[in-house]
Amino acid sequence: MNRESVDVVVVGAGAAGMAAATQMAGMGLQVVLLDEQGSPGGQIYRGITLAPLSRRDLLGPDYAHGNELAQALASSNVRYEKGASVWQVTRDLQVSYLRDGRLYTLDARAVLLATGAMERPFPIAGWTLPGVMSAGAAQILLKSSGLAPSEPVVLAGCGPLLYLLGWQYLRAGVTIKALVDTTRPEDYWRARRHLFAALRAWPYLRKGLDLMRSLRSTGIAHYTGAEQLAVEGEEAAQALTFSVSGKAQRIASRCVLLHQGVVPNIQFSQALRARHEWDLDQLCFRPVTDPWGELDVPGVYVAGDGAGIGGAQAAAVQGQLAALGIANRLTTLSTSGRDDQARSLRVQLEANLRIRPFLDALYQPKEQNRIPADEVMVCRCEEVTAGELRSFVALGCAGPNQAKSFGRCGMGPCQGRMCGLTVTEVIAKARGVSAAEVGYYRIRPPIKPITLGELAGE
Amino acid sequence: MRTDPLFQPVISEVRTTRTVSLTFNDQPLNVPAGMSVAAALLMSGIIRFRATPVSESPRAPYCMMGVCFECLVDIDGVPNRQSCLIEVAEGMRIRSQEGARDLIYQPMNVRAVEVQS
Repeated sequence: MNRESVDVVVVGAGAAGMAAATQMAGMGLQVVLLDEQGSPGGQIYRGITLAPLSRRDLLGPDYAHGNELAQALASSNVRYEKGASVWQVTRDLQVSYLRDGRLYTLDARAVLLATGAMERPFPIAGWTLPGVMSAGAAQILLKSSGLAPSEPVVLAGCGPLLYLLGWQYLRAGVTIKALVDTTRPEDYWRARRHLFAALRAWPYLRKGLDLMRSLRSTGIAHYTGAEQLAVEGEEAAQALTFSVSGKAQRIASRCVLLHQGVVPNIQFSQALRARHEWDLDQLCFRPVTDPWGELDVPGVYVAGDGAGIGGAQAAAVQGQLAALGIANRLTTLSTSGRDDQARSLRVQLEANLRIRPFLDALYQPKEQNRIPADEVMVCRCEEVTAGELRSFVALGCAGPNQAKSFGRCGMGPCQGRMCGLTVTEVIAKARGVSAAEVGYYRIRPPIKPITLGELAGE
Repeated sequence: MRTDPLFQPVISEVRTTRTVSLTFNDQPLNVPAGMSVAAALLMSGIIRFRATPVSESPRAPYCMMGVCFECLVDIDGVPNRQSCLIEVAEGMRIRSQEGARDLIYQPMNVRAVEVQS
């Protein structure tokens, strides 16, 4: 096994990871940036260094913004390792990863987890059928490969990413057969108390309004307040069915793209046994950190969406703040020097986060799409339905970890990533207790698959 | 089985000239270089990537970012590879995963001997 000591290891080369690594290298720290993909950018800026200009133009200015971060990284002293699959981070700051079938371990003085967000599961009947994908997945196909659906597509759910994808598809000449929106009038009512703060974030709000207007102006079928979403099909998706004000609707398509927001990817912070709390506005778990992103595990920091959803611009600022916190720990940067440099960053961060409460309230995913009916598949890997999960609870299953022994729920290759939040909420509802009390799966390494042969250094 | 592709290059994309050839279930495919295996299969009309170990129901990529593990395929004899994270390469032999995986075994050169009673 290859083993060496470095100052800082950053996991994830998205907005937060790129910004933090670049800044720390500039402060004289020896930084290794590990990323699973073949090029930097994370998911928001996926493929930013490789995308041809025409594609960058099509995707819009927010995407192109990532190029500045990627260029700063390229001209820094950061040791960036692509195709590096981190499978373990320990409480004593060892980071183990696999690259090209070989195993490496770094002993760090500080670790920054910048593993970002993943899409919230969207458990509805038929969501496991080929042809059903998340909107984020479809956007990744567009960003990294220039691919889009070859026939009229159905977009369903709610949230900024869904509408942005619709806008990008229109620019790409893709036909959208329908936008099936789960947002209801009462969501606007709930969001209105955050409107003042949102108005202070006018550039964000205007961008969103422009986007919605251009989507509507094209005359695509836009259903709002859609309920009882289900995908029809035997071997692959054939149609999306739903109801609006009690009236049944059916839209035929082989390609159905689902989205209802993003949630922090907490696999590493959970595996480290760091303290997490249930976020009542974003309806997900997030790690508890200090103002510099440090967990209750000394020397381990989190920056970006992995610590709570704030978007790419906030993530980059959080990355810089974590960099200052780490520099204060490892270099001669004094505490007052750190605080001085952080002041303008905190102002920026606050401005970037101002729109969030409004968005979180407006696009809060519907309960029926988070806590599904009995027949809906919750654990895709081991094929456990919501009804089976409820029967486990009736037999005394109190939480996600017992659900594993009751019926293998969460024990498949995705290690609970695709079902974890659903399992927590289904059990909480069935038991009549809070999601916080039910808790989350106990995550254990390897966080990414590794063969015994690789582990043995074959 | 191939059908009409679910995904295709957008109009404004300049077609890449460099392609690689690979096979999916022994069927030859020519795909643009630089793509992930999952993207390449989706644009080649592959709808179904595998069948689940539990009920053998059909599955295909869902997240495209290494989270869902729905895009697992066998590449060059190694099962359970995340096709959304692996770049296509010349001569790759890709197979769909049908049901549960067998243990990978390495056939040894065992000489048949006659057992005498």
